[in-house]
Amino acid sequence: MKENELPRIIGFLCKWCSSAGADLAGVSRLKMPASLIPIRVMCSSRVDPVFVLKAFLGGADGVLVAGCHPGDCHYQSGNYYTRRRFALTKKIFEELGLDTNRIRLSWISASEGHKFVNVVTEFTENLKKIGKNPIETEVFL
Amino acid sequence: MKSFKIPKSPDDTIKDILLFLLENKKVSSIFTLSKVHNNNYAYTLITDKKLLNDITPTFPLMPTNAGKMISRLTMIEAVTSPVAVVLRPCELRALFELVKLEQAKLDNLLFVSFTCGGVFPIKTKKDILENKLKKYWENVKTGEDLQELRECCRICENFVPDNADIIVQLAGNDINKETSVLIKTEKGAGFLKGISNQFDEENLESAALDTIRKKRKEKKQTTFADLKTEDFGIEGLINIFGRCINCHACSKVCPVCYCKLCYFESADSELDPSTFETELKKRSALRIPADTVFYHLGRLTHIGFTCVGCGMCSDVCPTNIPIATIFTKVSERIQKAFEYMPGKDLEEKVPMAIFEMKELEDVAD
Repeated sequence: MKENELPRIIGFLCKWCSSAGADLAGVSRLKMPASLIPIRVMCSSRVDPVFVLKAFLGGADGVLVAGCHPGDCHYQSGNYYTRRRFALTKKIFEELGLDTNRIRLSWISASEGHKFVNVVTEFTENLKKIGKNPIETEVFL
Repeated sequence: MKSFKIPKSPDDTIKDILLFLLENKKVSSIFTLSKVHNNNYAYTLITDKKLLNDITPTFPLMPTNAGKMISRLTMIEAVTSPVAVVLRPCELRALFELVKLEQAKLDNLLFVSFTCGGVFPIKTKKDILENKLKKYWENVKTGEDLQELRECCRICENFVPDNADIIVQLAGNDINKETSVLIKTEKGAGFLKGISNQFDEENLESAALDTIRKKRKEKKQTTFADLKTEDFGIEGLINIFGRCINCHACSKVCPVCYCKLCYFESADSELDPSTFETELKKRSALRIPADTVFYHLGRLTHIGFTCVGCGMCSDVCPTNIPIATIFTKVSERIQKAFEYMPGKDLEEKVPMAIFEMKELEDVAD
């Protein structure tokens, strides 16, 4: 990846926590790399592993799924299911030799504007090190 | 375990049992593999005892996964009068998974199964099949590998039907002399009440079964090691699934791939101009049909927990992609991580339907 080039991260943010956390980061005028393309979902458990795959195979450099902390889900238990599904996706990535560093699950609450910034910054830095997702230019997909 | 022996081949033994059940009106019909016109084999529902002459319950062929077929028969309503169902262990496990997923009902079904020696691919030519049959039955006894069998069967360790009501011993037994029948459940005993045979005691597990299991396990380890899925990466995936013609036959025959409205067949997964034009801005060319890797990985995320490794998908693939071997390997790893064995226990919930408060803490931060 070139020096000033930013990776592209597709972020699935839950409406009640992570998305509100992102808003808080915004109104607090915190600075972070402009690498995240946010998609708001009603709950992180709405994210079928297929969405993660679609983004990944579509050429996203990283895919972030973010939801409420365990125990804080607006719908009581949605994020516990998210965690299981994410573990499944990760296992499949590992087993098929795909880079698990390109997918990430984070718990970000509505009050954690700073954590949101940290997660995005850290993820972006990691992805910069890994480089561009070679899938983006792959013809036979 | 209560058991009895019949001095006949397994097929004739099962025929005897089914005839007893039918004649004494214990069941109203029989679901089993039969020889139909022109030497074809198909699952059939039989009510006439004359037709029992044509049944071939242990013939090494699986034209379709019987678990899926029973699900189609019982999805809307349970059968109203008792039916005896003869199926293979993996088919029974698939059916149990489907019951958990609310796609089938078990009421009024009596399950007869056998320790399975594997099946030939459905594409096997008739002459090859007939030539190999003798060798097949020899190998069923010893547990030796037979190259012509389905790859999934050659590496299958779960060939003992733990959930069946009545189990016919096949693998590890000399089938030419006599066949032992084990009554596994109360339900099975109830149905066989009044049968004239002399009852005995016999264990289901034996040294012979352990030997076969060990041989299959060794075969599995070498097959999985040769597959090298860990080295696939995107390039390997494209090499393997690049042959896919997007016919979706693998999902059509898969017993646990049950959605009526499949995402991969919905309008969402069609390529419209706005989609492919965006794609073409990134890539210099686009493979048509597109998204074949996506389709297989997506399917893997949907059935990873519940794949029973029956091998139907590889069998029907027109381009001979070893889907079943890859799926069995990956899902075995997933199932191990969640300590789940699909189709083993009806009470055990599918991992994606439950959760623990404290688990998998290293997955998220």
